[in-house]
Amino acid sequence: MTVNETLPLAVIASSLLPGLIIFVLPESQVGLRSALNLLGALTKVILVGVLLAGVHAGETYAFRYAVLPGIDIAFKADALALLFVTLSATLWLLTTIYAIGYLEGAPNRSRFFGFFSLCVTATMGIAMAGNLFTFFIFYELLTLSTYPLVVHRGTPAALSGGNVYLAYTLAGGALLLVGMAWLYGLLGQVEFVHGGVVSTLRPENRGQLQIIFLLLIAGVGVKAALVPLHGWLPQAMVAPAPVSALLHAVAVVKAGAFGIVRIVYEVYGVEFAQSLDLLTPLAVVAAITILWGSLRALFQDDLKKRLAFSTVSQASYIVLGVALFGPAGTIGGLTHLAHQGIMKITLFFCAGNFAETLGTHKVSEMNGSGHRMPATTVAFSIAALGMIGAPFTAGAVSKAWLSEGAEAAGMAWAVWVLAASSLLNAAYFLPILYRAWFRPASAAWPHEHILARGWRETAWLLLLPPLITATAVLAAAIFADSAWSPLSWARLIAQREYLNAAP
Amino acid sequence: MTSAALDPLAWLILLPMFWATLAFVLGLGRGAWLAIIGIALQLGLALALAGRLLAGGVPVHPVGGWGAPLGIDLAVDGLAATMLLLTQAVALPLAVYARSYFTGDSSERRFFWPLVGFLLAAMNALFVSADLFNLYVTLELLGLAAVGLVAAGGKVGQTAAALRYLLSTLVGSGAYLLGVAMIYGAYGSVSLSTLAPLVDRQAPAAVHLAAGLMLVGLTVKTALFPFHFWLPPAHGGAPAPVSALLSALVVKASYYLILRLWLGILAPLLAPGAAIAWLAGLLGCGAILWGSFKAIGTPNLKMLVAYSTVAQIGYLFIVFPLLGRTSPGDAALQGSVLHAVAHALAKSAMFTAAGVLVKATGQETIDGLAGVATRLPLTLFAFALAGVTLMGLPPSAGFLAKWLLLGAAIGQGQWLLVAVIVAGGLLAAAYVFRVLRHAFLPAPVAVSSRPVPRMLEWVAFGLAASSVLLGLRGMEILRLLAAGGSS
Amino acid sequence: MTTGMIFAGSGAILFAMGVAGVLLPTHLLRKILAFNIMGSGAFLVLVGLGQRSGEPDPVPQAMVLTGIVVAVAATALALALARRLQRLTGRMELPPEAERD
Repeated sequence: MTVNETLPLAVIASSLLPGLIIFVLPESQVGLRSALNLLGALTKVILVGVLLAGVHAGETYAFRYAVLPGIDIAFKADALALLFVTLSATLWLLTTIYAIGYLEGAPNRSRFFGFFSLCVTATMGIAMAGNLFTFFIFYELLTLSTYPLVVHRGTPAALSGGNVYLAYTLAGGALLLVGMAWLYGLLGQVEFVHGGVVSTLRPENRGQLQIIFLLLIAGVGVKAALVPLHGWLPQAMVAPAPVSALLHAVAVVKAGAFGIVRIVYEVYGVEFAQSLDLLTPLAVVAAITILWGSLRALFQDDLKKRLAFSTVSQASYIVLGVALFGPAGTIGGLTHLAHQGIMKITLFFCAGNFAETLGTHKVSEMNGSGHRMPATTVAFSIAALGMIGAPFTAGAVSKAWLSEGAEAAGMAWAVWVLAASSLLNAAYFLPILYRAWFRPASAAWPHEHILARGWRETAWLLLLPPLITATAVLAAAIFADSAWSPLSWARLIAQREYLNAAP
Repeated sequence: MTSAALDPLAWLILLPMFWATLAFVLGLGRGAWLAIIGIALQLGLALALAGRLLAGGVPVHPVGGWGAPLGIDLAVDGLAATMLLLTQAVALPLAVYARSYFTGDSSERRFFWPLVGFLLAAMNALFVSADLFNLYVTLELLGLAAVGLVAAGGKVGQTAAALRYLLSTLVGSGAYLLGVAMIYGAYGSVSLSTLAPLVDRQAPAAVHLAAGLMLVGLTVKTALFPFHFWLPPAHGGAPAPVSALLSALVVKASYYLILRLWLGILAPLLAPGAAIAWLAGLLGCGAILWGSFKAIGTPNLKMLVAYSTVAQIGYLFIVFPLLGRTSPGDAALQGSVLHAVAHALAKSAMFTAAGVLVKATGQETIDGLAGVATRLPLTLFAFALAGVTLMGLPPSAGFLAKWLLLGAAIGQGQWLLVAVIVAGGLLAAAYVFRVLRHAFLPAPVAVSSRPVPRMLEWVAFGLAASSVLLGLRGMEILRLLAAGGSS
Repeated sequence: MTTGMIFAGSGAILFAMGVAGVLLPTHLLRKILAFNIMGSGAFLVLVGLGQRSGEPDPVPQAMVLTGIVVAVAATALALALARRLQRLTGRMELPPEAERD
C-alpha cells in the first residue's frame, strides 16, 4: 500500500480510533479523554495539511476495496473533497475544544465524545468518497452517529427531537438508496468523475435519469434542509450547543449540500444536468428555501431556532450556486460552503456561551448582553454581519460571486432572491445586535451559571473557539485573493470542473 | 476406511451427538465446557470443509461405505458449506454465553447442553443430507430438540408455546413427508442427485402436488406469514440463549431446505416468475409488514425481537419471484443467503443483548429499560449494532443483502418489492429505535440494577459487531457460496 | 385400481383427516391422536405408492419403520408436554393465545 493510498485512510482513522478508545474509557478519565480527543483532532489537521499541499501540487490520493463483485468502497482526496475535509477538520478541532469546556462535569461524556468522533469520521468519509456507494455508506453512518448526540440529554424534548430527526434522515436515506441502486443497475459502477458519468447512457434513459436525479437530490436534500424537507433542523435544536454547531456547520447540513455538489458535478455532470433540464428546478427549490428559511427566522424568539432557520436559508445558497450553470456560480456556491460553515459555527458557539453563562435562550432576554460579555458579542456580531453580507466579511465574498454567477447564467431573478434574502437576514440579525449592544440589561440574568472573573467573561475554553472563527470570518474576506483562501480553492475546483466538462 | 473415519463431513454430525450424550451422562446441567470444546472443534471442521471446497474439491461421503441409491449420501456444496460455517460460528459464542447465563439449578439449565448437542447434530446433518427422506428425519430431530429447548423452562407460557410449536412443526413435516412419499411413488428414488434428471425429463401432476405439499410444510416450519403464529411465543418465551439459537439458526434450516429444493429438483417445475413464486414473494411482503407492525406495538422486549424475526423471514421469501433459472452468481440468491447470514448474527446478538437487559433490569417490558443507556452501554450498543444490520444500513452485512435484493428488484422492474424492501428497513428502524429511545430515558430512582456477568455483554457485542463488520467481507461469503457449483 | 393405489388413496384421506384433527379440536389428547393418524396416512401413501411393480419394495418399508420411530418419539414428547400443561393449568387444552404481559 503506497503513501498515497494510506493518507485518506489515515485521515479517517485519526478520528475513528480515538473515538473507539474513548467509548471504552471510564467516565472518570477526563484528562486522558481530552488528550485523545485533541490528539486526534490535531493529527487530522496535520494530515489534511499534507493532503492540501499534495493536491495543490497535482498529486492524486485514492484507495479502493471491493465489498461485492463490481462494488467498491473507494476514497479519493481531490480538490473538492479537500475543501470539505479542511473545513470539517479545522472546525472539528475548535468544536472539540469548545465541547470539552461546555460539557465540563456533565454525565455520559465518554459516550458523547465517542459518537462525536464517529460523526466526524463519517463526515470525512462523505467528503472523500470516491463513488456513490461509499458516499451512501458514510451518509447513513452520519445519521446513526448523530442520533445519540441529538438525544444526549435524555429529556422528553430531546427524544422527540431525535425522533423527528431520525424520521427525516432515514427516509431520506431510503430515497437515496433507491436512486443509487437504480443508477448502479444502469451503469454498473457510479464513480465520482469530473464532468459526470451519466452522460455515457443513451438518450432513451432520459426519463429514468430525471426520476433518479429527483430521488438522489431528495435523499441528500433532507440533510441539506431543502424546503420542504427541512422540518428536522429546527427540532434538532434541543441538542447541546457543540452538537448544534456540528450539525449546522461541520457535518450534517454540509454533508447534504456537499452531496448535491457531487451529484450535480460528478455524477450527472453540470452540462448534462443542464441538458436534462434539471438545473433550473433545482435553482427554484433553492431560491424558495432561501426565502422561506429567512422568513421563518424572522419570527423565532428562541435564539437557536432563529439560527436554525437561518441555516435552512444559508445552506441553500450553496445549492443555488451549484444550480447556476457557469464557473462563477460554482465558485460562489463552493466558497459559501466554507464561509457559511465558519460563520454559522461562530454564531452557535456564541449562542451556547450566552446560554451557558447567563442562561439566556431567547432573543428577548438578550438586552445588554454586550456589556456583560463583550468578547462573545463581538464575535457574534461579526458572524451576523457576515451572514447579512456586510463588506469585509466572508459572507460578502460568496454573495458577490453568487450574484455574478446568477447574471452569467441568465437568471436575473436569482439576483433578486439574493438581495431579498440579505434584507431578511438583516431584519432578523440586526435586532439581536441592537438589543445586545444598545439596550440596558435587565436586573438579573435568567440563570447565571458562570461568573465573570476579571476580563474573562466566561470559561476560556468556551471563549477561545468563537474568537478564532470570528477572526477567520474577517480573514477569509480580507485575504480572499491569497493562494490558500477558500475562494482560491473554489476557483481551482471550478477551473478543473469546467475544463474537463468543456474540452 | 481410514479416509472415511477422518472425514470432517461425518464428524460434523457425530461430534455433537457424542458430546451431547456425554453431557447427558455427566449429569444434569453439566457439560458446558464439553460443549464449548466440541463446538470449537466443529467450527474447525466446518472451516476445513470450506477450505477444501474453495480449493476445488466436492466433498461427498457415503455413510458406512454404502453409496446411493441404497445407502445414504452426504454431500456439501457452497450453500451447505456456508450454512455449516454459519451454524458453528453462531453456536460457539452462544454456548459461551449460555455457560454464564444459566446460574444455579434452574430447570432450563438441566437439559440445555444435551439438547443443544442434538439440535446441532440434526442441523448439520440436514445441511449435508443428499436425499429427501434423510432430510425428513433430520427435520424431525431438529424440531424435537428445538421444542425440548423451548419447553425446558417448564412454566405455563413456555409449555404452551412448546406444544404449539410442536404441533405446527409436526404438521409441517407431515406435509413434507407426504410430498416425499408421492415423489418416491413417481420416481422410485429419494436421492437428490438421482431425482434431478428424472424430474427434468418428465413431471406428472402428482409431482406438482408433491412439490406443493413439501413447500407448504417447510413454509410452516420456517414460520412464514401467515404460518408465523407459533414463532413469537416460542422464541419470545424461551431463555435468551435458546431464543437466539432458534431465531438465528433453526428457522434458517428449513429455509435452506426450501432453497435447496427450489434451486435443485423442483427447478424444472418452476417457470421464472411462476405463480407460486409470486405467492411466496407476496407472503414475504406480508411478513415484513405484519411482523414489523406487531414488533412496533408489543410492550415486551423479547416479543419485539421475536416479531422482528417474523418480519426478517419475509426478506428470505421475497427473493423467489426474483430468482431466474439460476446460477450461483444470481444477485437475488446471493442477497438471500447473505441476508440469512446477516440475520443469524444480528438476531443472536439482539436476543443475547435482550437477555442481558432483562436479567439486569429484572423486567421484561420495554418501558422497564429506562436508564439502561447509562448503566449497560455496551449491551445497548450491541443491541443498536444488531439493529443496524436488521435495518439494512451500511456497512453491515444486512446492507449488502438488501443492496443485492434491491438491485435485482429494480433490474426486473418489480416496484412493489422495491417499496416493501425499503419500507421494511424503515419499519425496522421504528422498532429498533423504540427500544433505544426508552433506554435513553433517565432511570427512575427506585430501580436497582442487578449485576450481570461481563461475559454476557461481550458475547452480545461480539456477535453484533461481527454482523456489521461482515459487510466488509461480502466477497468471501459469495465466493464460498459459488464454490463447488451450488445446485 | 391396484391394491397399492387403494392403500395410497386411503392414506391420503387419513392424512387429510389427521390434519383437520390437529387443527380443529381443542382437547390436546385428540390433537395428539390426530397427529398419529396423519402420520399413518403418510406412511400408507409411502408404502402404497412404493408397490409400483405389484410386489413390495423394501426401501419404503425401511423408511416407514424409521418414520414410526420418529413419530413415537414425537408423540411421547407431546404427551409429556400435555401432561405438564394439565398439571399446571388443570386443563387438557392450550391456553388462549394472549399477548404475554
